[in-house]
Amino acid sequence: MLWTLLRHHLRPYLPHVAAVIVLQLATILATLYLPSLNADIIDNGVATGDTDYIWRVGGLMLIVAMVQVITAIASVWFGARVSMGMGRDIRRSIFTRVGRFSTEEMGRYGAPTLITRATNDVQQVQMLVLMTLNFMVMVPIMSIGGIVMAIREDPGLSWLVWVAVPVLVLIVGLLVTRLMPLFQRMQDNIDSINSVMREQIMGIRVVRAFVRERHETARFESANATLTVTSVRIGRLFVIMGPAITVVLHLATAAVLWFGGHRVDAGLVQVGALTAFMQYLLQILMAVMMGTFMMMMFPRAIISARRIQEVLQTRPTLAEPARPLALDAAGGGAAVEFRGVTFAYPGAAAPVLDGISFTAEPGKTTAIIGSTGAGKTTLVSLIPRLHDATSGQVLLDGVPVTDLARATIAETVGLVPQKPYLFSGTIAHNLRFGDPTADDERLWHALDVAQGTEFVQDRTTDGAESAATGLESTVSQGGTDVSGGQRQRLCIARTLVAAPRVYVFDDSFSALDVTTDALVREGLDHHTHGATTIIVAQRISTITGADQILVLEEGKIVGRGTHEQLLESSQTYREIVDSQTTVGEPA
Amino acid sequence: MSEKKTSSTKPAGSSTDLTELTEREILEMQDSMGSEWGESAPRKAKAFWPSALRLAGTFRDHKLGLSIVLAFGLISTALSVWAPLILGDAMDVIFDGFLSGEGIAFDALGRLLLAVLAMYVVAAVFDWLQGRLLNDVVMRIVYVLRERIEAKVNRLPLRYFDTHQRGDLLSRTTNDVDNVQTALQQAFASLVYAVLTIVGITVMMFWLSWQLALIALIALPISAVAIALIGSKSQQLFTAQWRHTGRLNGHVEESFTGHDLVTVFDRQDSMREEFDERNEELWEASFKAQFYSGMIMPIMQWVTYLGYVGIAVVGGLRIASGQMSLGQVTAFIQYSREFNAPLGEVAGMANMLISGVASAERIFELLDAEEQEADGEITAPSGAGGAGTAAAGADSSADGAVATRRRIARAELTGPTRGRIEFDHVAFSYTREKSLISDLSLVAEPGQTIAIVGPTGAGKTTLVNLIMRFYEIDAGQIRLDGVDIRALDRGAVRSRVGMVLQDAVLFGGTIRENIRYGRLDASDEEVVAAATATFVDRFVHTLPEGYDTVVEDEGANVSAGERQLITIARAFLADPALLILDEATSSVDTRTEVLVQEAMAALRTDRTSFVIAHRLSTIRDADVILVMEHGDIVELGSHEQLLEAEGAYHRLYWSQFAAGTDPDEDEAVLEGSLGVTGEIAAVTGETPVVPGEAPTTEA
Repeated sequence: MLWTLLRHHLRPYLPHVAAVIVLQLATILATLYLPSLNADIIDNGVATGDTDYIWRVGGLMLIVAMVQVITAIASVWFGARVSMGMGRDIRRSIFTRVGRFSTEEMGRYGAPTLITRATNDVQQVQMLVLMTLNFMVMVPIMSIGGIVMAIREDPGLSWLVWVAVPVLVLIVGLLVTRLMPLFQRMQDNIDSINSVMREQIMGIRVVRAFVRERHETARFESANATLTVTSVRIGRLFVIMGPAITVVLHLATAAVLWFGGHRVDAGLVQVGALTAFMQYLLQILMAVMMGTFMMMMFPRAIISARRIQEVLQTRPTLAEPARPLALDAAGGGAAVEFRGVTFAYPGAAAPVLDGISFTAEPGKTTAIIGSTGAGKTTLVSLIPRLHDATSGQVLLDGVPVTDLARATIAETVGLVPQKPYLFSGTIAHNLRFGDPTADDERLWHALDVAQGTEFVQDRTTDGAESAATGLESTVSQGGTDVSGGQRQRLCIARTLVAAPRVYVFDDSFSALDVTTDALVREGLDHHTHGATTIIVAQRISTITGADQILVLEEGKIVGRGTHEQLLESSQTYREIVDSQTTVGEPA
Repeated sequence: MSEKKTSSTKPAGSSTDLTELTEREILEMQDSMGSEWGESAPRKAKAFWPSALRLAGTFRDHKLGLSIVLAFGLISTALSVWAPLILGDAMDVIFDGFLSGEGIAFDALGRLLLAVLAMYVVAAVFDWLQGRLLNDVVMRIVYVLRERIEAKVNRLPLRYFDTHQRGDLLSRTTNDVDNVQTALQQAFASLVYAVLTIVGITVMMFWLSWQLALIALIALPISAVAIALIGSKSQQLFTAQWRHTGRLNGHVEESFTGHDLVTVFDRQDSMREEFDERNEELWEASFKAQFYSGMIMPIMQWVTYLGYVGIAVVGGLRIASGQMSLGQVTAFIQYSREFNAPLGEVAGMANMLISGVASAERIFELLDAEEQEADGEITAPSGAGGAGTAAAGADSSADGAVATRRRIARAELTGPTRGRIEFDHVAFSYTREKSLISDLSLVAEPGQTIAIVGPTGAGKTTLVNLIMRFYEIDAGQIRLDGVDIRALDRGAVRSRVGMVLQDAVLFGGTIRENIRYGRLDASDEEVVAAATATFVDRFVHTLPEGYDTVVEDEGANVSAGERQLITIARAFLADPALLILDEATSSVDTRTEVLVQEAMAALRTDRTSFVIAHRLSTIRDADVILVMEHGDIVELGSHEQLLEAEGAYHRLYWSQFAAGTDPDEDEAVLEGSLGVTGEIAAVTGETPVVPGEAPTTEA
């Protein structure tokens, strides 16, 4: 998975990657050359007292050091470009792909995990690539180069490399493999302690109402203890690492001096070569250690890559029509027609909607009522083609929505969703979401209709420089800093600004108190004149005036007609009405 | 060996930050607004030293442990600093033997090498011991810190939660604690070690040769300047990177969360453009940040090599002139190598410490926040409880509050709770500027159902919150069975009241666990009985896992209405003497609601109940209906009485049910209602509109 992802996204950066490898090679050659030069100084300069030689080789060493730093920095430059560029590309791919997802795919993944995949998972992969280019590339080059150089200095001592490297790998590897599951566990522990804390803060009223402070404290304490135990274990393993490595490295150094000493004594090797050999051995060991550490990044990056690939390989189910048809925009509203529509979620046994047929006429109001889970929201979501019907057709002005371009559908249908959602930014920014060209006057007019003028006028938030008021005041993401009722009114106004030919209100008045509800609908009647209106509601009073009411029960239309007709004909409707009024009251 | 030290501390440190974020954390951040995405960027403390000292003060209880850590660290460092010198001697033995042609003295060499090894092993053992001890101490400190924070959260008044961003609060209790832990665990340990090493090595270098030491130290200012320049630059760049990460993630979050809207309005292209713009910015910023920070290592290394070359050349000359031995120069080279590593470490750790102190400061702010008065130590403005007009009540709370407070003697409720609630000239405001409830009096007799209706912001939820003592009143008294609730322990009041809140808050866990939250010792049968009575059982059976279904945060497995039913079952199970239902069934469809109503009616018998609802159907059967506007009770009476009175309730009622009638008439009614509201509020004041038989406001 990781490989597939990288192969695809690294392709544009192959020259950069090649540059990194070449530059790292140059850096390492320079690095490896330095101990050899130092050995020269000792053997040919110091031992013979040739100061000129010392100066000359010293100068050479300086130049080599210069080369080394320049190539190293250049390599970092390319490495950063490749990894960050690749991260950017992957993010873009994910964003584009998710943008084409239908509600179904969105629902299958859920927004939170998609967000994580587009951000954190990409970050993981990106960091892996960066680290690999900056450090991992170096490991084999350094190891091989170091070994070659070491053997060149003294082949007789090279066995030390073969002993020291495995010992080091063993120690570091053992620690790392023991640490990795602990890291995973610590992450889980942190998650659980955070979630206890989060629940305590978010549910503080419930905790206090039920006097469960002690219970919560106990839960927190147990999570805290678990986390601490894991952290302590990690910490204890970690503090072994440094001292253990120190001992291994110095053991190797001492071994070089001891065995090297014998070889010097036997005249097999010069003293300078011995010091060089020592340096090489240390460099090899450092490189190997680095490589072993880097291995720690791989499992996480592989998981991240798999999660990214999963998104990138998901094919959106709603395809744009190859040759979209046009709608005649003239003439006010557009008729909405359902022809034998059945809808089932993939894998679900029972359909959510079953054989739905009706027509919502322009200039008329069609209301849909029914119990929770009757399929109301699913039904209206078919109109702007958030889903496709499993069988049957949804038509706008006689044209199946599947034959219409997304843009056409958007111009025609305005849906106010059940969950009122606002984007962070100014109120004006939010209202213009439906139509970026709308002027302030239209925004205010829409707010008038949606009964939002008053609170928008009164609203003041901290602006960039001075306080922002009215349309320029801001709302936080999701609209969490305005009340539920205000959010609903803003969402209604947003759709009004877009001025579609079909209005679909999915339980959009639920958070309004009855008085405001009535006022909003009053305004809508005038404003949406000529347009097709479809209202999903819970409250009977919201829909009594509708031209046509559909009673939905378990995915089927079990009654249709006006309020009065339904009171006569529909048992279910009567039950709903009865549940909201007392028998004998004027209704 | 300090090089190893550096690399051994990095992997844990470098991978924390934002890369470690889990989905849950993202959700938390989501709650705390998009702008807080940049939170993981290093913060700056407002007052560094006071906070740093206070953080250091948390070690107070571990003086002995810390002394041992320092002592062991000192021993370990001293040995590690000394060892290269012996190694140099060993080198000399070889070199001398080589030069003199007499052969190498292997017994001397062996002794020296064994000594070096022994030193390193002992140093390593002490290093390990001090690291382990410090680790345990730090973990203990962080454990206690977490505990204190949690305890604090329980002592904070609800007002605190209202006036602070919950996301920010969460971030303080989670991310900031983690940050402090990292800082203490890694930065502290490394910093001590690094400083000791630097001092030790400096001493050794000067002792060996001050000339060479000067050469080595020339490298010091160079690397210091390099670190300072590039370090601060890359610090800025990283901050920028986090800022841009925040901006991009915020946008991604919005686009994905609002995906349906983007599709409905066909704004995919403009979202994409915005994304590309921010993505490009992030790329730019992160590339620069990575490049600059990536330069530090090669440059540091270069400086090391410069010193190395200098020492090799000058050292070579000095050996040639017989002023130094080869072993001394070799030792020197090793020192100079080990000198720069801790320097880099200090620079890196300093950043971690600064960020840790900033986090500690945020935690201390939380810990210092004003707490609610402890049970049994409640004070109230003296003179409260008497009459006092609205204005006077508000004033006394604003100004002379401290001066005129008196202690309320602790009391206990004895015998079975009857459930009589009295509001006696209660005044309350959330903020000092704006009074919400100015003078409210009311009696709820045991067993009565009191319904509260009124427009948003009328103070309905506030009223029931005051019964729960979620907030302390500014003036007047609230009495439960004749006892001032402030004289009682909060727990004593709350455990007698079952409350179903407006927001259906469920905790992570199964449905069964969530219902059992109402009474922790309830048996499974009792849980199911409560669930059956509140129609939870009905839908639970359709779930594959039944009562063991885990309620998910965003999960679609339990709908909003079903969540509300679960919260009702929870209160049902608690079997309280009083019941408060705050919009308890607003998300439940009306037919189910009727059924729940019946169950609730059974639950309400013999219990004093307060019911808030928008749907008039919910409250029709109440014994008393309170109509609230602007924090005052403007009307009070039974459904029939209030309809006859043709006041505010009448208008509310008609606005809900009149939609089917003549629109013109409808409009007239609505306009009327808007026109008169203010007047009624002004006129009614304390006078009950309907002279109800049972409960009346006290005159």
